[in-house]
Amino acid sequence: MRIILAVVLLMASLPTLAVIETYEFSHADLEARYHRLVDELRCPKCQNQTIADSNAPISEDLRRKLYQELEAGFSDEQIVSGMVDRYGEFVRYNPSIEGPTRWLWLAPWIFLGMGGLIWILVTVRRDQEATHPSEYSRDIAELLEEKTE
Amino acid sequence: MRRILLFIPVLGFIGLAALLYRGLSLDPRELPSALIGRAVPEFRLQTLSGDQTVTQADITGRAALLNVWGTWCPTCVAEHPYLMKLAQVGVPIIGLNYKDVDSKARAWLDRLGDPYSFVISDPEGDFGLDLGVYGAPETYVVDAQGVIRYRHVGEVNERTWAGDLGKTYREVAQ
Repeated sequence: MRIILAVVLLMASLPTLAVIETYEFSHADLEARYHRLVDELRCPKCQNQTIADSNAPISEDLRRKLYQELEAGFSDEQIVSGMVDRYGEFVRYNPSIEGPTRWLWLAPWIFLGMGGLIWILVTVRRDQEATHPSEYSRDIAELLEEKTE
Repeated sequence: MRRILLFIPVLGFIGLAALLYRGLSLDPRELPSALIGRAVPEFRLQTLSGDQTVTQADITGRAALLNVWGTWCPTCVAEHPYLMKLAQVGVPIIGLNYKDVDSKARAWLDRLGDPYSFVISDPEGDFGLDLGVYGAPETYVVDAQGVIRYRHVGEVNERTWAGDLGKTYREVAQ
Protein backbone atom coordinates (compact mmCIF):
# COMPACT_ATOMS: atom_id res chain seq x y z
CA MET A 1 0.00 0.00 0.00
CA ARG A 2 2.76 2.36 0.95
CA ILE A 3 4.64 1.50 -2.26
CA ILE A 4 1.57 2.21 -4.37
CA LEU A 5 1.17 5.55 -2.66
CA ALA A 6 4.83 6.39 -3.27
CA VAL A 7 4.51 5.48 -6.96
CA VAL A 8 1.37 7.58 -7.33
CA LEU A 9 3.08 10.53 -5.66
CA LEU A 10 6.10 10.18 -7.95
CA MET A 11 3.91 10.24 -11.02
CA ALA A 12 2.02 13.24 -9.76
CA SER A 13 5.19 15.25 -9.27
CA LEU A 14 6.58 14.79 -12.80
CA PRO A 15 4.54 17.42 -14.67
CA THR A 16 5.59 20.11 -12.21
CA LEU A 17 9.22 19.56 -13.22
CA ALA A 18 8.56 20.52 -16.83
CA VAL A 19 9.03 24.26 -16.47
CA ILE A 20 10.78 25.86 -13.54
CA GLU A 21 9.98 29.53 -13.63
CA THR A 22 6.56 31.14 -13.52
CA TYR A 23 5.69 34.57 -14.75
CA GLU A 24 3.13 36.95 -13.33
CA PHE A 25 1.08 38.32 -16.19
CA SER A 26 -0.74 41.62 -15.98
CA HIS A 27 -3.63 40.13 -17.94
CA ALA A 28 -5.08 36.61 -18.18
CA ASP A 29 -5.23 37.01 -21.95
CA LEU A 30 -1.44 37.42 -22.11
CA GLU A 31 -1.00 34.26 -20.10
CA ALA A 32 -3.15 32.28 -22.54
CA ARG A 33 -1.10 33.61 -25.46
CA TYR A 34 2.10 32.78 -23.60
CA HIS A 35 1.02 29.17 -23.14
CA ARG A 36 0.06 28.89 -26.78
CA LEU A 37 3.34 30.41 -28.04
CA VAL A 38 5.68 28.36 -25.82
CA ASP A 39 4.18 25.28 -27.44
CA GLU A 40 4.67 26.70 -30.93
CA LEU A 41 8.31 27.76 -30.61
CA ARG A 42 11.06 25.23 -30.87
CA CYS A 43 14.19 25.18 -28.76
CA PRO A 44 17.11 25.96 -31.15
CA LYS A 45 19.59 23.92 -29.14
CA CYS A 46 17.46 20.80 -28.82
CA GLN A 47 16.41 18.75 -31.79
CA ASN A 48 12.77 18.20 -31.05
CA GLN A 49 11.43 20.05 -28.05
CA THR A 50 9.32 23.11 -27.67
CA ILE A 51 10.67 25.86 -25.45
CA ALA A 52 7.98 24.82 -22.95
CA ASP A 53 9.37 21.28 -22.72
CA SER A 54 13.03 22.14 -22.67
CA ASN A 55 15.15 23.05 -19.68
CA ALA A 56 18.06 24.24 -21.83
CA PRO A 57 19.31 27.71 -20.81
CA ILE A 58 18.48 29.01 -24.28
CA SER A 59 14.84 27.98 -23.85
CA GLU A 60 14.76 29.74 -20.51
CA ASP A 61 16.03 32.90 -22.23
CA LEU A 62 13.48 32.56 -25.02
CA ARG A 63 10.65 32.16 -22.52
CA ARG A 64 11.86 35.29 -20.72
CA LYS A 65 12.07 37.16 -24.03
CA LEU A 66 8.57 35.95 -24.91
CA TYR A 67 7.23 37.13 -21.57
CA GLN A 68 8.88 40.54 -21.95
CA GLU A 69 7.57 41.00 -25.48
CA LEU A 70 4.05 39.96 -24.52
CA GLU A 71 4.04 42.43 -21.66
CA ALA A 72 5.45 45.10 -23.99
CA GLY A 73 2.36 44.69 -26.17
CA PHE A 74 3.82 42.87 -29.17
CA SER A 75 1.41 40.93 -31.38
CA ASP A 76 1.83 37.17 -31.89
CA GLU A 77 3.04 37.74 -35.47
CA GLN A 78 5.62 40.29 -34.33
CA ILE A 79 6.96 37.94 -31.67
CA VAL A 80 7.17 34.93 -33.97
CA SER A 81 8.74 36.87 -36.84
CA GLY A 82 11.25 38.34 -34.38
CA MET A 83 12.22 34.82 -33.32
CA VAL A 84 12.47 33.72 -36.96
CA ASP A 85 14.76 36.71 -37.64
CA ARG A 86 17.11 35.49 -34.94
CA TYR A 87 16.98 31.72 -35.34
CA GLY A 88 15.46 31.10 -38.77
CA GLU A 89 12.39 29.06 -39.71
CA PHE A 90 13.70 26.24 -37.51
CA VAL A 91 12.12 27.81 -34.40
CA ARG A 92 8.59 27.48 -35.76
CA TYR A 93 6.68 24.31 -35.08
CA ASN A 94 3.91 25.82 -37.13
CA PRO A 95 5.84 26.63 -40.30
CA SER A 96 4.96 29.50 -42.60
CA ILE A 97 2.66 28.80 -45.56
CA GLU A 98 4.89 31.02 -47.70
CA GLY A 99 8.53 30.53 -48.66
CA PRO A 100 10.29 27.16 -48.88
CA THR A 101 8.25 25.70 -46.01
CA ARG A 102 5.06 25.93 -48.10
CA TRP A 103 6.01 22.51 -49.53
CA LEU A 104 5.44 21.05 -46.08
CA TRP A 105 1.83 22.17 -46.38
CA LEU A 106 1.43 21.30 -50.06
CA ALA A 107 3.17 17.90 -50.15
CA PRO A 108 0.33 15.86 -48.56
CA TRP A 109 -2.17 17.27 -51.08
CA ILE A 110 0.19 16.68 -53.99
CA PHE A 111 0.67 13.03 -52.98
CA LEU A 112 -3.05 12.63 -52.38
CA GLY A 113 -3.67 14.03 -55.88
CA MET A 114 -1.11 11.68 -57.43
CA GLY A 115 -2.64 8.72 -55.64
CA GLY A 116 -6.13 9.72 -56.79
CA LEU A 117 -4.94 10.07 -60.38
CA ILE A 118 -3.37 6.61 -60.38
CA TRP A 119 -6.48 5.15 -58.78
CA ILE A 120 -8.72 6.67 -61.48
CA LEU A 121 -6.42 5.49 -64.30
CA VAL A 122 -6.33 1.95 -62.94
CA THR A 123 -10.07 1.67 -62.41
CA VAL A 124 -10.88 3.20 -65.82
CA ARG A 125 -8.60 0.73 -67.56
CA ARG A 126 -10.08 -2.19 -65.64
CA ASP A 127 -13.58 -1.14 -66.68
CA GLN A 128 -12.48 -0.86 -70.31
CA GLU A 129 -11.01 -4.35 -70.27
CA ALA A 130 -14.20 -5.73 -68.79
CA THR A 131 -16.43 -4.16 -71.47
CA HIS A 132 -14.10 -4.58 -74.48
CA PRO A 133 -12.37 -7.94 -74.22
CA SER A 134 -9.18 -8.15 -76.29
CA GLU A 135 -8.78 -10.41 -79.35
CA TYR A 136 -6.73 -12.82 -77.30
CA SER A 137 -9.44 -13.31 -74.74
CA ARG A 138 -11.84 -14.20 -77.57
CA ASP A 139 -9.31 -16.74 -78.86
CA ILE A 140 -8.93 -18.17 -75.40
CA ALA A 141 -12.65 -18.43 -75.00
CA GLU A 142 -12.90 -20.27 -78.34
CA LEU A 143 -10.13 -22.65 -77.40
CA LEU A 144 -11.82 -23.39 -74.11
CA GLU A 145 -15.05 -24.08 -75.89
CA GLU A 146 -13.35 -26.48 -78.32
CA LYS A 147 -11.84 -28.31 -75.39
CA THR A 148 -15.10 -28.80 -73.61
CA GLU A 149 -16.90 -30.00 -76.71
CA MET B 1 5.04 2.79 -74.39
CA ARG B 2 3.58 0.57 -71.73
CA ARG B 3 7.03 -0.90 -71.11
CA ILE B 4 8.44 2.52 -70.28
CA LEU B 5 5.73 3.07 -67.68
CA LEU B 6 7.02 0.01 -65.86
CA PHE B 7 10.18 1.91 -65.04
CA ILE B 8 8.36 4.57 -63.05
CA PRO B 9 8.70 2.71 -59.71
CA VAL B 10 12.42 2.19 -60.36
CA LEU B 11 12.88 5.91 -61.02
CA GLY B 12 10.88 6.68 -57.90
CA PHE B 13 13.11 4.39 -55.89
CA ILE B 14 16.29 5.96 -57.26
CA GLY B 15 15.00 9.44 -56.47
CA LEU B 16 14.04 8.49 -52.94
CA ALA B 17 17.32 6.66 -52.36
CA ALA B 18 19.31 9.72 -53.52
CA LEU B 19 17.29 11.96 -51.20
CA LEU B 20 17.77 9.69 -48.19
CA TYR B 21 21.45 9.11 -48.99
CA ARG B 22 22.03 12.86 -48.90
CA GLY B 23 20.13 13.00 -45.61
CA LEU B 24 22.67 10.61 -44.08
CA SER B 25 25.51 13.09 -44.46
CA LEU B 26 23.57 16.11 -43.17
CA ASP B 27 23.99 17.25 -39.59
CA PRO B 28 20.56 18.15 -38.19
CA ARG B 29 22.20 20.23 -35.46
CA GLU B 30 23.71 22.59 -38.01
CA LEU B 31 21.41 25.58 -38.25
CA PRO B 32 21.98 28.14 -40.94
CA SER B 33 22.25 31.53 -39.26
CA ALA B 34 19.27 33.72 -40.01
CA LEU B 35 21.59 36.72 -39.80
CA ILE B 36 23.96 35.98 -42.70
CA GLY B 37 24.14 39.08 -44.88
CA ARG B 38 22.58 41.27 -42.20
CA ALA B 39 24.16 43.82 -39.89
CA VAL B 40 25.16 42.88 -36.35
CA PRO B 41 22.10 43.61 -34.15
CA GLU B 42 22.11 46.77 -32.09
CA PHE B 43 23.48 46.50 -28.60
CA ARG B 44 24.85 48.66 -25.80
CA LEU B 45 26.90 46.74 -23.25
CA GLN B 46 29.88 47.09 -20.93
CA THR B 47 33.26 45.64 -21.78
CA LEU B 48 34.53 42.87 -19.56
CA SER B 49 37.06 45.22 -18.00
CA GLY B 50 34.03 47.35 -17.07
CA ASP B 51 35.47 50.69 -18.07
CA GLN B 52 33.78 51.21 -21.42
CA THR B 53 30.38 51.02 -23.04
CA VAL B 54 30.47 49.45 -26.48
CA THR B 55 27.87 49.39 -29.26
CA GLN B 56 27.60 47.79 -32.70
CA ALA B 57 29.61 50.76 -34.07
CA ASP B 58 32.69 49.49 -32.21
CA ILE B 59 32.62 46.27 -34.22
CA THR B 60 32.76 47.94 -37.63
CA GLY B 61 35.81 49.40 -39.36
CA ARG B 62 37.66 46.22 -40.23
CA ALA B 63 36.85 42.57 -40.80
CA ALA B 64 36.93 40.71 -37.52
CA LEU B 65 35.85 37.54 -35.79
CA LEU B 66 33.19 37.73 -33.12
CA ASN B 67 33.76 34.83 -30.77
CA VAL B 68 31.05 33.82 -28.30
CA TRP B 69 32.49 32.13 -25.22
CA GLY B 70 32.02 31.48 -21.53
CA THR B 71 34.03 29.95 -18.73
CA TRP B 72 31.26 27.34 -18.34
CA CYS B 73 31.86 26.03 -21.84
CA PRO B 74 34.31 23.11 -22.20
CA THR B 75 34.86 23.52 -25.95
CA CYS B 76 35.87 27.13 -25.34
CA VAL B 77 38.87 25.88 -23.34
CA ALA B 78 39.74 23.60 -26.22
CA GLU B 79 39.67 26.32 -28.87
CA HIS B 80 41.40 28.96 -26.75
CA PRO B 81 45.02 28.14 -27.76
CA TYR B 82 44.06 28.36 -31.42
CA LEU B 83 42.43 31.77 -30.89
CA MET B 84 45.70 32.90 -29.26
CA LYS B 85 47.54 31.79 -32.40
CA LEU B 86 45.12 33.64 -34.67
CA ALA B 87 45.49 36.80 -32.56
CA GLN B 88 49.27 36.53 -32.87
CA VAL B 89 49.13 36.51 -36.66
CA GLY B 90 46.97 39.63 -36.55
CA VAL B 91 43.38 38.41 -36.85
CA PRO B 92 41.21 40.82 -34.85
CA ILE B 93 38.97 38.83 -32.51
CA ILE B 94 36.20 40.43 -30.51
CA GLY B 95 35.02 38.39 -27.56
CA LEU B 96 31.44 38.06 -26.43
CA ASN B 97 31.41 36.70 -22.91
CA TYR B 98 28.02 35.02 -22.95
CA LYS B 99 25.99 34.31 -19.80
CA ASP B 100 29.01 34.32 -17.58
CA VAL B 101 30.30 35.94 -14.40
CA ASP B 102 32.68 38.83 -15.13
CA SER B 103 35.17 38.02 -12.36
CA LYS B 104 35.43 34.40 -13.51
CA ALA B 105 35.93 35.48 -17.11
CA ARG B 106 38.67 37.95 -16.14
CA ALA B 107 40.46 35.28 -14.09
CA TRP B 108 40.27 32.90 -17.09
CA LEU B 109 41.87 35.47 -19.43
CA ASP B 110 44.60 36.18 -16.85
CA ARG B 111 45.36 32.50 -16.61
CA LEU B 112 45.10 31.42 -20.26
CA GLY B 113 45.96 34.64 -22.08
CA ASP B 114 43.75 37.18 -23.83
CA PRO B 115 43.37 36.86 -27.62
CA TYR B 116 40.61 39.48 -27.81
CA SER B 117 40.79 43.10 -29.00
CA PHE B 118 38.07 43.68 -26.43
CA VAL B 119 35.48 41.54 -24.73
CA ILE B 120 31.80 42.44 -24.59
CA SER B 121 30.17 41.30 -21.38
CA ASP B 122 26.66 39.86 -21.88
CA PRO B 123 25.73 38.28 -18.53
CA GLU B 124 21.99 38.12 -19.32
CA GLY B 125 22.52 36.75 -22.80
CA ASP B 126 20.32 39.41 -24.44
CA PHE B 127 22.78 40.29 -27.19
CA GLY B 128 23.46 36.59 -27.70
CA LEU B 129 19.74 36.05 -28.13
CA ASP B 130 19.53 38.78 -30.78
CA LEU B 131 22.50 37.23 -32.56
CA GLY B 132 20.74 33.86 -32.61
CA VAL B 133 23.37 32.18 -30.42
CA TYR B 134 22.20 28.78 -29.23
CA GLY B 135 25.36 27.43 -27.68
CA ALA B 136 28.94 28.46 -27.16
CA PRO B 137 31.41 28.53 -28.73
CA GLU B 138 30.16 30.26 -31.84
CA THR B 139 32.30 32.38 -34.11
CA TYR B 140 30.97 34.96 -36.55
CA VAL B 141 32.86 36.54 -39.42
CA VAL B 142 31.91 40.22 -39.50
CA ASP B 143 33.07 42.39 -42.39
CA ALA B 144 34.28 46.00 -42.21
CA GLN B 145 30.71 47.30 -42.63
CA GLY B 146 29.55 45.30 -39.63
CA VAL B 147 27.66 42.75 -41.73
CA ILE B 148 27.67 39.13 -40.58
CA ARG B 149 29.14 36.96 -43.33
CA TYR B 150 29.50 33.56 -41.72
CA ARG B 151 28.59 31.71 -38.55
CA HIS B 152 30.58 28.78 -37.23
CA VAL B 153 29.17 26.69 -34.39
CA GLY B 154 31.72 24.70 -32.40
CA GLU B 155 35.45 24.72 -32.01
CA VAL B 156 37.78 26.92 -34.03
CA ASN B 157 40.87 24.93 -34.89
CA GLU B 158 43.29 24.35 -37.73
CA ARG B 159 40.78 22.29 -39.67
CA THR B 160 37.87 24.72 -39.42
CA TRP B 161 40.19 27.65 -40.12
CA ALA B 162 41.32 25.91 -43.32
CA GLY B 163 37.63 25.39 -44.14
CA ASP B 164 34.75 27.79 -44.78
CA LEU B 165 35.29 29.84 -41.61
CA GLY B 166 38.86 30.83 -42.47
CA LYS B 167 38.07 31.12 -46.17
CA THR B 168 35.26 33.58 -45.55
CA TYR B 169 37.44 35.62 -43.22
CA ARG B 170 40.33 35.76 -45.71
CA GLU B 171 37.94 36.80 -48.46
CA VAL B 172 36.34 39.52 -46.36
CA ALA B 173 39.63 40.78 -44.92
CA GLN B 174 41.10 41.57 -48.33
